[in-house]
Amino acid sequence: MSELLAGQPGERRLFLGNEAIARGALEAGVALAACYPGTPSSEIGDRLYEVSRTGRLVFEYSANEKVALEVAAGASAAGWRALASMKHVGVNVAADALMTLAYVGVKGGLVLVSADDPSLFSSQNEQDNRLYARFAGIPMLEPESPQEAKEMTTAAFALSEELGLPVMLRTTTRVNHTRGVVSLGELAPLPSPGRFVKDPFSLVMVPAVARQAHARLLAKQEKARALAEASPFNRLTGEGPLGVVASGVAAAYVADALLELGLQDRVTFLKLGFTHPLPDDLIARFLSRVEKVLVVEELEPYLEDALKAIAQTRGLTVPVRGKGPGLFSRLYEFHPALVRRVLADFCRVGWEAPAPLPPAAELLGRPLPERPPILCPGCPHRAMYYAIKIALRDLGVEGVFPTDIGCYTLGLLPPLSMADYLICMGSSITTACGLSRAGGQKVVAFIGDSTFFHAGLPGLVNAVHNRHDLLLVILDNGTTAMTGHQPHPGVTLTPPDYPGQPVDLAAAVTGLGVTQLWRVNPLKYQDSLAAAKEAVAAQGVRVLLSQSPCPLYAARLKGRRPTARFQITGDCGDCRHCLEYLGCPAMYVTETEGRRQLLIDPDLCAGCAFCVQLCDHIRPARTA
Amino acid sequence: MLRLRIFMTGVGGQGTLLASRVLGEAALTAGLHPLLSETHGMAQRGGVVTSTVILGDLKSPIISPGEADIVLAFEALEALRALEFCHARTLMLANTAVIPPYPVAVGQVSYPQVSEMLDVVAGQVGGLLAFDATALARQAGSPLAVNMVLLGALAATDTLPVSAEDLKQVIRDRTNPRLVEVNLTAFDRGAAAAREAENWLKRPAA
Repeated sequence: MSELLAGQPGERRLFLGNEAIARGALEAGVALAACYPGTPSSEIGDRLYEVSRTGRLVFEYSANEKVALEVAAGASAAGWRALASMKHVGVNVAADALMTLAYVGVKGGLVLVSADDPSLFSSQNEQDNRLYARFAGIPMLEPESPQEAKEMTTAAFALSEELGLPVMLRTTTRVNHTRGVVSLGELAPLPSPGRFVKDPFSLVMVPAVARQAHARLLAKQEKARALAEASPFNRLTGEGPLGVVASGVAAAYVADALLELGLQDRVTFLKLGFTHPLPDDLIARFLSRVEKVLVVEELEPYLEDALKAIAQTRGLTVPVRGKGPGLFSRLYEFHPALVRRVLADFCRVGWEAPAPLPPAAELLGRPLPERPPILCPGCPHRAMYYAIKIALRDLGVEGVFPTDIGCYTLGLLPPLSMADYLICMGSSITTACGLSRAGGQKVVAFIGDSTFFHAGLPGLVNAVHNRHDLLLVILDNGTTAMTGHQPHPGVTLTPPDYPGQPVDLAAAVTGLGVTQLWRVNPLKYQDSLAAAKEAVAAQGVRVLLSQSPCPLYAARLKGRRPTARFQITGDCGDCRHCLEYLGCPAMYVTETEGRRQLLIDPDLCAGCAFCVQLCDHIRPARTA
Repeated sequence: MLRLRIFMTGVGGQGTLLASRVLGEAALTAGLHPLLSETHGMAQRGGVVTSTVILGDLKSPIISPGEADIVLAFEALEALRALEFCHARTLMLANTAVIPPYPVAVGQVSYPQVSEMLDVVAGQVGGLLAFDATALARQAGSPLAVNMVLLGALAATDTLPVSAEDLKQVIRDRTNPRLVEVNLTAFDRGAAAAREAENWLKRPAA
């Protein structure tokens, strides 16, 4: 049974923010949830998938975020409470649906979880998705903690139904991946069957209907604003001439700073949780009570700009500060000491920060070795990259490598250096089209299996139709590895009892009109090298399907790792080929009396048996 | 009210997240209000993985540079790197075992001498307990039990508002049933290591 279903109401549990969101959805009676995994949102879907195995709700890993939101929209239209969760950039993919779904409206409560990633811990940008709520005209809630994430998720369903609008729950990494104390509420009873009631002249967005729907959407804004005014998530606390406003995890940093600076009696703190539409009257009351205002918010000056607009409308001249030199940056996430320092300056209180220690590199007298993330030992992506590198070298051709989003993006780092251009999910194939037309170089694009089904299909169709010249290598490891091994439509490694119907990747590729297709197991070097050479040398749209399961996940599913181990025997000289072309992290160099020797760490060796095919000095080793 | 900011750092796969989880659950059992933060995603592939445990009346889930009261470093180089999060009274518990990062393994840069790094750390922090936690974990039955060794050592420093028994109960309830005995043995070996005077490179001021 899932941990999310255990425990009695009132019990305190230590939940990840994402688990709290999933629990909040279950307490609200969510009947359908759909997601495409992406850090920092993934555990919401993963926990709801586990719960779905008990029959409590319908869950799916969708092909992409647009699909997930539309599946949720359909369920909502038939009366079910539905949730779609995704990372911030996933909302870009879903934005086409989102903008017009706000016109169409919802029947069953629909909650869109947007998990933003300030500081780009695991993302290609740090866009602030609060702007989407304003753009689409939908209500938004911003939790600061796991407990609030649970409460807001539950409240968001009711809010969505009251307004007939999708509601965005906007989180950030520090909420999603904080584990905190959460009080359990009652689980909702099992959902009852839904039924879609036809109403085409308000639900089919042809221009004549959509014109009316847009007016309906705008008319809902005033009611939504009234709900924000009364919302318990917007709280005014403290007394004092100095005003501070914050939302999300920044509100937690403010609360701690006020505590540690002893400022609770001098500051009026407006903590905003219902942040679209904003409670104009509450904000105006706050602005008229204070002498100056500091807005503490990560990324864009969303609240700051709104406060300035409200002040202007109400004829208030109170200075409002937030972003700027000496204040806060639009870049990266905040941390407690940063907020404390700015707040101390703003309130003109002394704050003796503990003297910082000298930097470790200064004390050591040289830089510390870096520890970059790296493809795992035994990773089949490395083997395929190697074969392509050797094929290009042997053919004397320079390759240009548009890449895509997944573990294999780590191929960027030397010695592989197999990534030259990346924008977003699916961009490998499409940018390859433009690169090869304009640059005239040999273009080899890389995409993973999950990313291919997410956003690669239209690009490949385009490449075929427009007669582009590119080699697409699909690195198929059977799962969505980077985000925690979630299934995807082409999945071959599945969690126990996974009900999804696998879609044949090779058949999909040929079905899209690709006529030049090679299929290899990248861990069989001679085969993959021969295929790579043919595929690199050919013209037109070619696809090389590199298929070998993610060894981490395969081992977890089987409950055991491969036991074979390999070792470098004898003197392999100063060849360094392995280090300069392969870069397996199980290999290391030792130096004794000026002689270098390459060795394989038996604890790290994954037993993939790839390197043994490259070099006569590598031999199977006896395992302990 | 006691406020304690605990920072854990290690290499992907070393189990820092489980260590912070066990400490957090034990704090919850003890009636406290723990707050944890975790690293997920791309860094887990052999990169540095950190987690934090905050105890007390604080709401911020992360620790600013210079503000960790206790640091658990699962690897020697990461102990030195974690100096960024230490202040002059920080208690650091460091595993002296080495996991060479890739640039070191391939000979691009050299790994600093462990003794040199520990001297640097000892010269800055308030207390330093350092020993080969990987060796103790291996003796306990699994090199992966470094996290339990360090938790046991931490419990034996008498700095936590949580008892060793509370921590061990969480280990019994929440860690892989096949590994509970190994984990408890590792925990005890860590506690014993904290009682060895020679492992204290710097004793905290009373």
